[in-house]
Amino acid sequence: MAETDFLSGGLADPVIAGQSAFRAIMQAMAEPGTIQAITDCPTPPKGLRRTMASIATTLCDADTPIWLDPELAGNPLVVKWLAFHTGAPVTADSAAAMFAFVSDPSSMPALDRFAKGTDAYPDRSTTLVLAVDGFDRGTPLSLTGPGIEHLRRFTFAPMPEAFIDQWSGNRALFPRGVDLILAGPEAVACLPRSTRIGKGED
Amino acid sequence: MSALDAGNEQVIATYNFAYLDEQTKRMIRRALLKGIAVPGYQVPFASREMPMPYGWGTGGVQVTAAIIGPDDRLKVIDQGADDTTNAISIRKFFERTTGVETTTATAEASIIQTRHRIPETPLTAGQILVFQVPIPEPLRFLEPRETETRTMHALEEYGVMHVKLYEDIARHGHIATTYAYPVKVEGRYVTDPSPTPKFDNPKMHRNPALQLFGAGREMRIYAIPPWTEVVSLDFEDHPFEVQAFDRPCALCGAEDVFLDEVITDDRGGRMFVCSDTDHCNRRQAEGHAGEQAA
Repeated sequence: MAETDFLSGGLADPVIAGQSAFRAIMQAMAEPGTIQAITDCPTPPKGLRRTMASIATTLCDADTPIWLDPELAGNPLVVKWLAFHTGAPVTADSAAAMFAFVSDPSSMPALDRFAKGTDAYPDRSTTLVLAVDGFDRGTPLSLTGPGIEHLRRFTFAPMPEAFIDQWSGNRALFPRGVDLILAGPEAVACLPRSTRIGKGED
Repeated sequence: MSALDAGNEQVIATYNFAYLDEQTKRMIRRALLKGIAVPGYQVPFASREMPMPYGWGTGGVQVTAAIIGPDDRLKVIDQGADDTTNAISIRKFFERTTGVETTTATAEASIIQTRHRIPETPLTAGQILVFQVPIPEPLRFLEPRETETRTMHALEEYGVMHVKLYEDIARHGHIATTYAYPVKVEGRYVTDPSPTPKFDNPKMHRNPALQLFGAGREMRIYAIPPWTEVVSLDFEDHPFEVQAFDRPCALCGAEDVFLDEVITDDRGGRMFVCSDTDHCNRRQAEGHAGEQAA
């Protein structure tokens, strides 16, 4: 692979593509558990999912320290691509990151290892971006809370370890806590800290 | 002049889509996501100078500029009206800087930027309502220090607001607050609904549309996601009530809408008409007529 491969793969029209990607992410955050397609994604190097690359170029820049899981951090082309296309500084301290990118949720650190914000500034928390294989399999979840009319059924896989317990711990911190953006192959879904998660049968 | 110079002139004369630069949009977009994740919490953001004075809706304009895209259809209202100075200047601003379609019909708009009203036509899922907010902090007139109000929000210490409403009752016999009537969002944050008349407060409760709030001078963004619980503060023996009008709209005959008083001459003549011009025009087109209909 050529040394300059990280220079390519940007968006032809970053202004409009960034806007439409943001609207998909915002809609997903406003209606947790809905699946929103991102149509115009960048073309990142292998190892970084296209929707994750889209989230990174849409939301990250020099003002947002990012944390990368070991798999992403160990891929020099991905690190260089993110540095060139977003300008975001990489931090090794998960609790100092504004965004965290996770390529394998099943082996990720516990949610409480990331910044949870403070009672006065709950916005100073990490937004976690998890690569998921899809939204059509996995443990059935039932979501309630803001953005959900009554109850929404939702699944995603793979899940972080003991996710439902971890999430109820995160929810108990409200208004502190982390927010999740789940990046599927073509689309995203979100779980903001305001969402309550029960098992599907509840 | 060389071709290159001509090209540069072209670039200088052209704004980025929706006026704001991309880094500013990303900063606002991050604040919006936090606001949506913590409904009712005021997220600080690095508000920019806009080509209009503070107080003209710079917060709402920045929020709209950060979310709007070529497929959107924008409606802008000022006190319910599409045809007042503030509404027209903001609508023209976005026509010039984005080229998006604009409309006055509530049902046809994907984004509605508003100053001080929520349209009478019920909003639907997928629509976005952007409020222009002058003072986002509901506790500001009770406690002027930001450091204190921030701690009060952190501790969920809202007793002072109930005292204020109680003092209304002690002095006037009823809660005399008629606009910017405080609400509690999802049982957690006491939030300023922007100076909408309290008539509109019930429309915020479990609204299927996404409600975004931008305060430019005060540098705060907050949000109420769809279907969120929004409860106006009150007392068991003095429940929250909206304004009632003793007559229908003079032009379209609508009842149960918010009316503006319009002075018609210098001898005390007056009429009461819908504040929502789109709603009033549509009703008149449908054949409804009030007592002073033309």
